[in-house]
Amino acid sequence: MSASKSAVVIQNLRKTYQVHEREAGLGAALRSLVSRKSRDVKAVDSISFSVDMGEMVGFLGPNGAGKTTTLKMLSGLLYPTSGEARVLGYVPSRRERAFLSQMTLVMGQRNQLVWDIPAIDSFELNREVYRVPVAQYKQTLDELVELLDLGKLLTKPVRNLSLGERMKCEIAGALLHRPRVLFLDEPTIGLDVTMQRRIRLFVAEYNRRYGATVLLTSHYMADVEALCKRVVVIHHGSILFDGDLTALVERFSPHKTIHVKLADENQDFGAYGEVISREEGQVVLRVPKADTARVTGQLLANMEIHDLTVEDTPIDEVIEQVFAQPKEGRA
Amino acid sequence: MIGLWARYYRAQIKLSLAVQFQYRVAMAIWMLDIVLSPMIYLVVWTTVAQSSGGTVNGFTPSDFAAYYTVLMIVQHITQIWHMWEYEYLIREGGMAQRLLRPLHPINEDISQNISYKILMLMVLIPAVLLFVLLFRPAFHTPLWSALAFIPAVLLGAALAFVIGWTLAMAAFWTTRIVAINSLYFTAMLFFAGYLAPLDLLPRFMQMIAGVLPFRWMMSFPVELALGRVAPEAVLGGFAAQALWIVFGVLVLRRVWKAAVRRFSSVGG
Repeated sequence: MSASKSAVVIQNLRKTYQVHEREAGLGAALRSLVSRKSRDVKAVDSISFSVDMGEMVGFLGPNGAGKTTTLKMLSGLLYPTSGEARVLGYVPSRRERAFLSQMTLVMGQRNQLVWDIPAIDSFELNREVYRVPVAQYKQTLDELVELLDLGKLLTKPVRNLSLGERMKCEIAGALLHRPRVLFLDEPTIGLDVTMQRRIRLFVAEYNRRYGATVLLTSHYMADVEALCKRVVVIHHGSILFDGDLTALVERFSPHKTIHVKLADENQDFGAYGEVISREEGQVVLRVPKADTARVTGQLLANMEIHDLTVEDTPIDEVIEQVFAQPKEGRA
Repeated sequence: MIGLWARYYRAQIKLSLAVQFQYRVAMAIWMLDIVLSPMIYLVVWTTVAQSSGGTVNGFTPSDFAAYYTVLMIVQHITQIWHMWEYEYLIREGGMAQRLLRPLHPINEDISQNISYKILMLMVLIPAVLLFVLLFRPAFHTPLWSALAFIPAVLLGAALAFVIGWTLAMAAFWTTRIVAINSLYFTAMLFFAGYLAPLDLLPRFMQMIAGVLPFRWMMSFPVELALGRVAPEAVLGGFAAQALWIVFGVLVLRRVWKAAVRRFSSVGG
């Protein structure tokens, strides 16, 4: 991958926090005045990957895996302990104006809009902060209003908006300067399914329209499935997987599930595979992928079956299995 | 380039005014804050003057009235409160949001500072009239001294902002900023001429006041407005203000760099 093609390049990026520790109680509090115990916590442990211009990548990991720390390093809020990060050719921690003007970090739980006044007033300020020409600002605002259905929301005080409405305004505010790189940290957290879908569609459209690069973290796999062909999975600070979403499923879910409808579900299926559920004429079996054809054949031959379907493991379950990997077991 | 900055400042001040307009009750409380303490000191010193034969070290009740009326104005113009806000800003993520913008966060604070002061003029002007009606201040100020008051109070405001903002950076290292701020404001009480005009302080305290920055923030402009600075001492006063500002800015830049480095190391 050539450097010019990459919007984000990370090499051996590492972030270690020093955490002070003490036991509970007054005695421990007094002792800690004299000698403070501290230990190093590796939040991000030597990760490397890159993201192409215009690519949308899902950045996945359980809580505390190092996702937000990485995004903060990429947006210049945190200095890496070691290693290198470059975004659009800039070193983020230098916080150069040209860099900050071309990227955005949206955090689902953080607000940039001023609480007491309508969002449009904050937008106007952003126009001056990012020095967006008036014509371009008007055009972008119109597009954002249309795509996110902002309409009347813009003139209401932000404190009177619902969580979903506020999030839409937050996203619009973060994109008025048409950033070329978007770091989205849980942009749909706490939103209902309709609003999640709306924001997903919007991100996809923004990417298509402006060729923007998107690095997205989300706990909702629907977000990732809808937007990202490629995922990077981080766990315990290290990269566990980097590749196509379908390859992730292949690698971490060597099973398929077979749904069988039959007259009598109380038969012994032990010989065919692992029984996941058994209720009202339906049995769900988990079988190794390689055995799927053989087991299906045997089931059809040996039992009186009304219906049989074979499915891949749902992506949520795959991710659950990936996140359950012990630290030593990583690839 | 200057046009871009002017446009940013105009937008930020407009926005800050819009936000501050939302807090009408708070404005009433801030009015008390502006008026109350100069009024208390004025009443105390007037009583002292009356009970000691009409003057204290040459200050008559009308002189005290003039002193505290001007002090109220100067205090308003030089006021800074950002050191109370930074701990919250850092803890609640506001600092991270500010650092993501292609703009030094000090600009937002300067704008807020200016907009609050513009807004509170609506309160300050009636307060000054109230003082004039109630306490009958007497001014014996030559014109040149009254004119010199204007740059002096603006420089005083700049100095107070630079030092106060540098102090606000302490929040990047400690969450116990109340102790530091209290120390600062106690020093200000004595050495800025708040508790009493500096002329009334013992000689050694006047000397300390001369080498600390507080006199140059508040007392010096007040002294000019009252015509209490000798013509030959005026330039020295401006030089002290300028030197403190330059020194303050140099310290501020270093401290800000260290603060960002600190913030970026431990996370916000």
